[in-house]
Amino acid sequence: MQSKISISNLNFHYGKEQALHDITLEIPERQVVAFIGPSGCGKSTFLRTLNRMNDTIPIAKVDGTVLIDGNDIYAPNTDVVALRRKVGMVFQKSNPFPKSIFENVAYGIRINQMYENKANLEQKVEKALRDSALWNEVKDRLNTSAFGLSGGQQQRLCIARALAVQPEVILMDEPASALDPIATQKIEELIVELKKQYTIVIVTHNMQQAARVSDRTAFFMLGKLVEYNATQKMFTNPDEKLTEDYITGRFG
Amino acid sequence: MEHRIIDQQLDLLRDKLLLLGGMTEKALHRAMQSLMERDSDLARQVLEEDKIINQMELEIDRLSVEILALQQPAAHDLRFVISVAKITPILERIADHATNIADAAIRINDEPQLKSYIDLPAMANNAAEMLRTALDAFTTEDAALSREIIKQDQKIDASYKRVFNELIEIMIDNPSTTASAAQLLFVAKHLERIGDYVKDICELNVYLREAAFIKHSPKI
Repeated sequence: MQSKISISNLNFHYGKEQALHDITLEIPERQVVAFIGPSGCGKSTFLRTLNRMNDTIPIAKVDGTVLIDGNDIYAPNTDVVALRRKVGMVFQKSNPFPKSIFENVAYGIRINQMYENKANLEQKVEKALRDSALWNEVKDRLNTSAFGLSGGQQQRLCIARALAVQPEVILMDEPASALDPIATQKIEELIVELKKQYTIVIVTHNMQQAARVSDRTAFFMLGKLVEYNATQKMFTNPDEKLTEDYITGRFG
Repeated sequence: MEHRIIDQQLDLLRDKLLLLGGMTEKALHRAMQSLMERDSDLARQVLEEDKIINQMELEIDRLSVEILALQQPAAHDLRFVISVAKITPILERIADHATNIADAAIRINDEPQLKSYIDLPAMANNAAEMLRTALDAFTTEDAALSREIIKQDQKIDASYKRVFNELIEIMIDNPSTTASAAQLLFVAKHLERIGDYVKDICELNVYLREAAFIKHSPKI
């Protein structure tokens, strides 16, 4: 299995506080990798190092390497805007722009000048909405406000917005934690569908969700990677006692 | 370690399985005793108590499903529930074989006694001992002991062949014994099958401990 993202000896500090300790991990191409662990274990921080979202925090300091397709994303000559186009992100709370459904998806295509004419732009918007399994629900109301959509639809709109700029990796930070079971199921089905084309990394507190959608699971605790294994192995017979205790709810 | 809601249910599941195991051991012991001592009343008790064993199987099935659905166990907890759910029908089938032995006893007890039961008592002792040890190995999750018990099944298989040949000879030498000897052949076959079932339990003990499926594998 070819590696899409290769992380070695990654350390991360918020000021004097070390949030990640010496993380080394390979993320295979076109697979879903889930990060699990208790609150504050560093999994979201780690996710955000993969498209340099932590750059916006002035006291943050990263050392170690993160290679995507063999290129060091922390190299001085990295185009961070291009990186974030390639490594899209979906957050816990859906955050559509205060615009129409169409404009939400078209936004990234427009600012990156990724279209030739109006018809081509419309095609791209439609494709992104189809890929996010939203098209049939919104095709007749593309020009209405995105805020009129349900929570689950808004989240899929955010996924469509991420897909519109043709990323290769999608990072998801608890994408379904604010959704009801039906909307959650749609997002999970979408994740499984999307992995045919994209490499997906998902942070989740819902262990059943990690078990359902991911190929590999990484368990973090106190900023350290405790175990990284095939999901099937992780949930039936983990190698580490700590992992077993966490996934069976034995933590005091 | 924090006390978890699931622990209470897993303990209950273990208790129920061990109770079923105890009842199964008792059924086998009494069935053989009813045969050896020509005690048809005791044999009828075995038949009667099999109904309780069947009910216990259903109870364990229900509890296993409930734990899977409501507690969503993972890792060792999951393997434990799966092992119990798979060992339960095996125990129930062992008890069915004991019932069949008791049935044979009732039939034979009306016939004149054969000169000897040859290897049958030893075979039954082996089977009972294997069953008892297998249940101990389940309780202590002892994979090494379980592998040892699996090997012992060969002894029962060898006894079965010997008993089979001897009974055929008895039938040839004295055709009037055929009805009784045929019943004893069935008894021997039931004991041989019990040995196989105990082997299955031991394979599940290994799964519980090591998450490895050794069934249908040349390596044990």
